[in-house]
Amino acid sequence: MATTHTRSAARLMMAPSVILLFAWMIVPLGMTIYFSFLRYNLLMPGMEEFTGFLNYQFFLSDPAFFAALSNTLLLVLGVLLITVIGGIAFALLLDQPMFGQGIVRILVIAPFFVMPTVSALVWKNMFMNPVNGLFAWIARSLGFAPIDFLATIPLLSVIIIVAWQWLPFATLIMLTALQSLDEEQKEAAEMDGAGFVSRFIYIVLPHMARAITVVILIETIFLLSVFAEILVTTNGGPGTESTNLTYLVYAQALLQFDIGGASAGGIVAVILANIVAIFLVRLIGKNLEA
Amino acid sequence: MARKVSTKRKLVMTAIAWTLGFLIFFPILWTFLTSFKSEGDAIASPPVFLFFHWTTENYTEVQSRSDYVLHFWNSVIMSVGSTLLGLLIAIPSAWAMAFSPTKRTKDVLMWMLSTKMMPPVGALIPVYLIFRDMGLLDSRIGLVIVLTLINLPIIVWMLYTYFKEIPGEILEAARMDGASLAKEIVYVLTPMAIPGIASTLLLNIILAWNEAFWTLNLTTSRAAPLTTFIASYSSPEGLFYAKLSAASTMAIAPILILGWFSQKQLVRGLTFGAVK
Repeated sequence: MATTHTRSAARLMMAPSVILLFAWMIVPLGMTIYFSFLRYNLLMPGMEEFTGFLNYQFFLSDPAFFAALSNTLLLVLGVLLITVIGGIAFALLLDQPMFGQGIVRILVIAPFFVMPTVSALVWKNMFMNPVNGLFAWIARSLGFAPIDFLATIPLLSVIIIVAWQWLPFATLIMLTALQSLDEEQKEAAEMDGAGFVSRFIYIVLPHMARAITVVILIETIFLLSVFAEILVTTNGGPGTESTNLTYLVYAQALLQFDIGGASAGGIVAVILANIVAIFLVRLIGKNLEA
Repeated sequence: MARKVSTKRKLVMTAIAWTLGFLIFFPILWTFLTSFKSEGDAIASPPVFLFFHWTTENYTEVQSRSDYVLHFWNSVIMSVGSTLLGLLIAIPSAWAMAFSPTKRTKDVLMWMLSTKMMPPVGALIPVYLIFRDMGLLDSRIGLVIVLTLINLPIIVWMLYTYFKEIPGEILEAARMDGASLAKEIVYVLTPMAIPGIASTLLLNIILAWNEAFWTLNLTTSRAAPLTTFIASYSSPEGLFYAKLSAASTMAIAPILILGWFSQKQLVRGLTFGAVK
């Protein structure tokens, strides 16, 4: 149906979004790369000079970088572990016949719509606060000493908060996949004498494999850049115990005004994310053809 | 065929699911309840759940202390503004890609998706400096531009998957019957495309409303949306639990309601059509 006329019209219609996105991707990235080779501090304007790979050398040998890198990975893996397993469990549960399924579903999905700053502050103050928080009250009523979550286990606290926000997403995707599973297939297996466990391992899990991969990859993209939850709860502290790469770059740029060093950090973060992105693009690309 | 399930089993499942669902939802419920307490009741130990003196003074306090309405409007303007602007840019391209695909259409789509994967810190510093030099820091216009750009790939993708479901033959039939391009768009295409556009609109308003990297870094006061405004409660002021709760409840209520209506589209939009 496409004639040369409609084809050139199509190209014209695509131009705005392609040009805008191209500019949005290439201009800031190019500038970040350029800054990363400069000695550039906002407190010393006019002193910029080319320093080669010095910024990278400093950034990569900074102990804070290793802390941030391992925190980033722990945060991503921790949240993934909780949300994927929890998501599958919830999806299986919600798929069972019950009363008021729609309402339970709504309750479970709700946290996804809470803005990050709200969920972080609600958890920080009303649940994890060692004096007035609900957890402290529960601990005291059970006869334990309350835990000062954000001071003693800051990274785990952030993981709990972020996992609470992402569990609904995982549940929703898994449930959608689960509901597309043919009921008769399960019944046939059941009649052949397959128990719950073998039905789960040989029928349900393979059917959900794709949804699980999608959840893992998409969450990873977002979790690599967790920011607001750290900013309003721990500010990356104590020390660098809950600093991830995103927060480290932010602190270096907008709190210490070290543009060169922060840019080098930004580029490192981009490279890390790209490694993940390659897998995601492959996966979704495959789907597009099907 | 539907199997017969024993009522007992159904009741047990119901009990488990409701309990777990309630636990997951509890932080939101607790925030809602606390927003109606006095500050004293909010930190009472043992905590009071329902039997306290209900008051709405926190809501009026939050407004009179910090001009809550301004930040609320900033959020509305930014999320709706960036979504509409995004749709304006994305509809023609998604349309072109769905109905006049070329060999490179798939690559273009993939490339758009990949821009979404760039971590925001890779762009933060230049964008911050450019905005500072152009006076766009803490401005609604600046934020609308950034939010439009970061959500554009999702908008294009979602529209593309919806448009692709419209059979091209219908349009051809209309053309054969002598419909002009304008008529084709107004009478044939629009009615079929509206549901997809509406879902895209809804999901993107939600995403833009809750966006908390660029909003926190690019706004401070005048143009601050609710994400930034609530973040200001991380100071000792956050220890006023009842007021924090009132501000939070108002910030999440509208989007929670929109969100409940868009569960299905959410799956599709966030997985770029990989799970439907």
